Amino acid sequence: MQKISSAFIVGLVFGLGLIVAEMSNPARVLGFLDVSGRWDPTLAFVMGGALIITAAGFRLVLSRDKPLFGEVFSFPSSRRINVRLLMGAALFGVGWGLAGLCPGPAIVGLGALNEQVMIFVVAMFVGMKLFDFWPQKEV
Amino acid sequence: MSIAEFSWVPAIIGGVLIGIAVVVMMAMLGKVAGVSGIASSLLRPFSAQSWQWAFVLGLLFSGFIVDTLFSPLQIEIEASTTFLLVAGLLVGFGSRLANGCTSGHGVCGLARLSARSIVATLVFMSTAALTVFIFH
Repeated sequence: MQKISSAFIVGLVFGLGLIVAEMSNPARVLGFLDVSGRWDPTLAFVMGGALIITAAGFRLVLSRDKPLFGEVFSFPSSRRINVRLLMGAALFGVGWGLAGLCPGPAIVGLGALNEQVMIFVVAMFVGMKLFDFWPQKEV
Repeated sequence: MSIAEFSWVPAIIGGVLIGIAVVVMMAMLGKVAGVSGIASSLLRPFSAQSWQWAFVLGLLFSGFIVDTLFSPLQIEIEASTTFLLVAGLLVGFGSRLANGCTSGHGVCGLARLSARSIVATLVFMSTAALTVFIFH
């Protein structure tokens, strides 16, 4: 129960952060990615603000044995920089640049019942599902 | 585009909130608050863990509560339906292939100085900027 309520609050605060930072507005995000046009540095400041907290916070948190309501601190197991990572990031970036939406802001927008975001989210889950058909062999 | 001039204050405050959320997730559950990873786990609804549902519910709620109780969320999208579909497919597939997205790699990964995340972030920022350059 503690895990569930913590996770819910984390999601809520994360979403509020995205909203306050206007990262839930694709126009704002695209402004940052529009490097040759009227560049909007908002996203850089958002990531900066987050990094200040996480850099210090993670050091503190990870110096403990284990999380409060869990057994271990879990991280992605792979540490390799391989073709999959590069291709995945490249494709993700193209998708992000096409509509200015990525998973977090999309789910927030879905919560706001935005129809265009709904279309994106449906496609996003289809795309995620398609990965299940990708051969698991390491590339 | 009707967005206001850039102001760094809400940007930093929003970033700080995101940072707090991410740190709390690690402190309490020991998990990376990577939205793509958590969202994709819901594709297997019966094996997805409750905390994953709870997190996504929290994200949904934030949008719903602010939009309903405070002021309508400003969501300005110029992309056509076709672009939205293609974008969604690429973001969904790409995030799983890369095992992360802007929150997983860009926030959590960078905070841990993960080489994988640094590379992933640089790559997706570059292709995103290039895409915007070509299409907008």
